[in-house]
Amino acid sequence: MEFTDKHVMGLKDLLYRMADDLLILGHRNSEWTGLGPILEEDIAFSSMAQDKIGQSLALYEILQELGENEPDVVAFMRNAEAFHSCQLVELPIGEYDFSLVRHFYFDYQSAIRMDMLKDTVVEPLQMVARKFRGEIKYHTMHADTWMKMLGAGSEEGKARMQKAVMDCAGLALGMFELSDYETELSESGIFAGEEALKTQWIETVSQKLEAFGFDVPDWDTVTPVYGGRKGEHTADLQPLLDEMTEVFRIDPAAEW
Amino acid sequence: MVSTDSIKSILENVMDPEIPTISIVDLGIVTDIQVSPEEEIFVELTPTFSGCPALKVMEELVLEAIKNAGIEKVKVETSFRKQWNTNMISEKGRQALLKHGLAPPEKHEGYIELDVLSDVACPLCGSRNTTMQSPFGPTLCRSIHYCKNCSNAFESFKPVT
Repeated sequence: MEFTDKHVMGLKDLLYRMADDLLILGHRNSEWTGLGPILEEDIAFSSMAQDKIGQSLALYEILQELGENEPDVVAFMRNAEAFHSCQLVELPIGEYDFSLVRHFYFDYQSAIRMDMLKDTVVEPLQMVARKFRGEIKYHTMHADTWMKMLGAGSEEGKARMQKAVMDCAGLALGMFELSDYETELSESGIFAGEEALKTQWIETVSQKLEAFGFDVPDWDTVTPVYGGRKGEHTADLQPLLDEMTEVFRIDPAAEW
Repeated sequence: MVSTDSIKSILENVMDPEIPTISIVDLGIVTDIQVSPEEEIFVELTPTFSGCPALKVMEELVLEAIKNAGIEKVKVETSFRKQWNTNMISEKGRQALLKHGLAPPEKHEGYIELDVLSDVACPLCGSRNTTMQSPFGPTLCRSIHYCKNCSNAFESFKPVT
C-alpha cells in the first residue's frame, strides 16, 4: 500500500523508540565495564552494550534514509525531551539484581519485537530485524542463565531477585506505551503494535519466571510507568546524556 | 581484464583484522561483487555483528587491496541485505580459525540453544570433554570455554543464526 505522511510518522516513531532504547540501555550496560561482579559478567555486559549501540546505529541509519538527521547528530545532540526511550532503560545500573532483571525484561521485549518485525513491509527494517535476532538470542540466553541460577540460589539472592522482579514490573510495562500511530502501523503491515507485543511478552516472561521459581507479578493490577515514549523522563536521563555527549560537544566537527 | 573472479581472488588475500588467519571471503562477509562494463567495481560486505568495530577497517582494507591491484574505480558498501550467519564460513575458513586457536562454530539449522554452544571440541587436543565458561568473549564473535581433558582455557567462534 501507499504510505501517507501518518504512516511515515508512525514508522519514525517506532524506529526512534527502538533506537533510543538501545542507545540508552547500551550506555547503561557499559557502566558495568570494569565493575562487574566477576570478570565474565564484566565482559558480558560490555559485549551486550556493544551489540546494542551497534544496533541503535543501524536503526538511526534507517531514520536518516527517511530524512532525519545523521546518526551522530541524532544520538549526541538531542535533549532528554526528544528521546523516545522508555523510562526502564534510563535508570542507573543500581545493584546487580536490578540490572539483571531489567536485562531479562528488556531483552525478551527486544527479541519478540524483532520476531514481529522480521516480515515487516519496510525492507531495511526487515533486514536489520533478522540480523538482530541472532545477536539478541545471546542476550536472552545470558539473562536466563542468571535468573535460573539466582532463582535456585541462596535465600538472600532469591529474595533480592524476587523484589527486583516485582519492583521493575511497572517500568517494564512502560515499554509498551501505545504510539499515536498504532492503526497506521498495523494496517500498513509495518508493525502489529505494542499491545500485541505486550501480550506475547507477558506470556513469555511469566512462563520463564515461573520455571525459575519466582512469583509472577499480577500484570493486570500493575500500573505501567508511561511517559518515556512521549519524551517525559526521570531526572536520571539528562545527566546520562550530558556524560555520553561530553567529548562530542567539545568539538562536534572532529574527525575520528 | 577485470572480472568478479579476479576481484574475489584479490579479496581472498584480505584478512580479518581481528583473526589474521582467515580471509574476509572465507569468513563469508563478502555478499556481492559487481564489475560494470566500464570496469567500475562494487563490493558489498555484511557485518558479522551489528556492533563489530572491525567493519570500517575491513571496508578500508578492501578499498586498498583493489586499488593496489591497479583498479581505481571502487565502491565498498556495508549492508544488512544478506544477513551473515556462521554457516557462511567456508571449510577453508574453519581450518583457518583452528589455526588461530579458535574452535570453529558448529553448523546449525537456524536455531541455537545452550547445549549446542557447550558442545565444542577443544582446538588444542580435540576432546569434547569441555564446558562453556561464558557466551561472551574478548570480541563479540567469540565465547570462552574450558577443556577438562587438557586443562586449557580456549575460545570458540560462536555460532550465529
